[in-house]
Amino acid sequence: MTPIACHECDLLLMPLELSAARSQAYCPRCGARLYGCHHDRLEKILALTVAALTLLVTAISFPIVGLDIQGHYAETTVLDAAQALWREERGLLAGLVLLTTVLMPLFELGAVLWLVLPLWRGWRPWGFARVFRLLRLAQPWAMVEVFVLGVLVSLVKLSHLADVLPGPAMACFGGLMALLAALSVLIDPPALWQAWDAARPLPFAGGALRRFRKARA
Amino acid sequence: MTVTAASRGLAVCEVCGRLTPLAEAAHCPRCGAPLHLRKPGSLGRCWALLLSACVLYLPANLLVVMQTQSPFGTEESTLLSGVVFLWNSGSWSLAVVVFAASVVVPMLKLFSLTYLLLSVGRRSVRHRRARSRLFRLLELIGRWSMLDVYVVTLLVALVQVQSLAVIVPGPGIVAFGAVVVLSMLATMAFDPRLIWDVESPPPFPGKSE
Repeated sequence: MTPIACHECDLLLMPLELSAARSQAYCPRCGARLYGCHHDRLEKILALTVAALTLLVTAISFPIVGLDIQGHYAETTVLDAAQALWREERGLLAGLVLLTTVLMPLFELGAVLWLVLPLWRGWRPWGFARVFRLLRLAQPWAMVEVFVLGVLVSLVKLSHLADVLPGPAMACFGGLMALLAALSVLIDPPALWQAWDAARPLPFAGGALRRFRKARA
Repeated sequence: MTVTAASRGLAVCEVCGRLTPLAEAAHCPRCGAPLHLRKPGSLGRCWALLLSACVLYLPANLLVVMQTQSPFGTEESTLLSGVVFLWNSGSWSLAVVVFAASVVVPMLKLFSLTYLLLSVGRRSVRHRRARSRLFRLLELIGRWSMLDVYVVTLLVALVQVQSLAVIVPGPGIVAFGAVVVLSMLATMAFDPRLIWDVESPPPFPGKSE
């Protein structure tokens, strides 16, 4: 076992082998979560990620809420909502909404798939470090669960004004929220790196690809 | 005496968490990320982002967040009047949630980050575990302030019936969105290891201010 350091207080520690399922190791000095117990998690992560991606695509493409104001029917998808802000010349805000509800969740799930799918078969994915780093940067900006609460609040606000009809995307966003919460518990960065250490390089990764190109040139 | 990685000249890779002697390499041998003992310029960047968030907090609360135009006149609402509207219309539980997300969380973030920065600057040794916990709480709750931005977005998109009612976003919500983003960036810039560095400071200068 090699020593590790707590990422929040820099305490030098020797990691212990965790055996009980769902057990977690915490830093004795500052209480930060260090690592979890990980056995056969990649498969679960993969299943949840595919399910979450399906829900996300559905949630983006269908209307979230419909509104009936005295015979005038209006409904909106996430993209329509961002576009409405854009039309009101609030481009920055439109970008922020698009980024936090569509682009970042899409990127997050895509990146997890990119990292975990080859690892699950025992291969090292291309650009693992770069994708992993971007994933860590993107994670705080994916705010699906906040958006779900936002939809609920606007439903209540609008119900005084008109008849509100929850759309199909509403349920998808709700389910997505649960899946993302489960994923964030399952994905354990140290475990992913351990899986990477144990995996073998892809046949055309790095040197092999360069040699292949050189041979053709 | 506790032993930190920095006191042994070991740097933790920010990307993959691997420990590497800083004397041997400037980049992580496993993933290639640049190595530092502490986030470079953490305190300075955190102060700058925090102060800009504090400045924008005023227009976010004072300016109009959303304007409702109808044949009966124009109605303007701010962050607080939105909460009051929910409260008066009987949705108390929701009023509390919105109040927490749009008033309590931003205030808590600005005040506690200031406290963390000041206590690190004074090299305080008190309540270090509690301060670590406070920092983790900030990372967790910061995103929930985006609630108001989403509510305004959805209302603007849905209520666009020209003859009856039109909702237009006000300048206040832009300022509020900026407060949320800036305070999240400030939290990310802060290096929680500085809280503990008073006990065993890194061996050479350049770790922080």
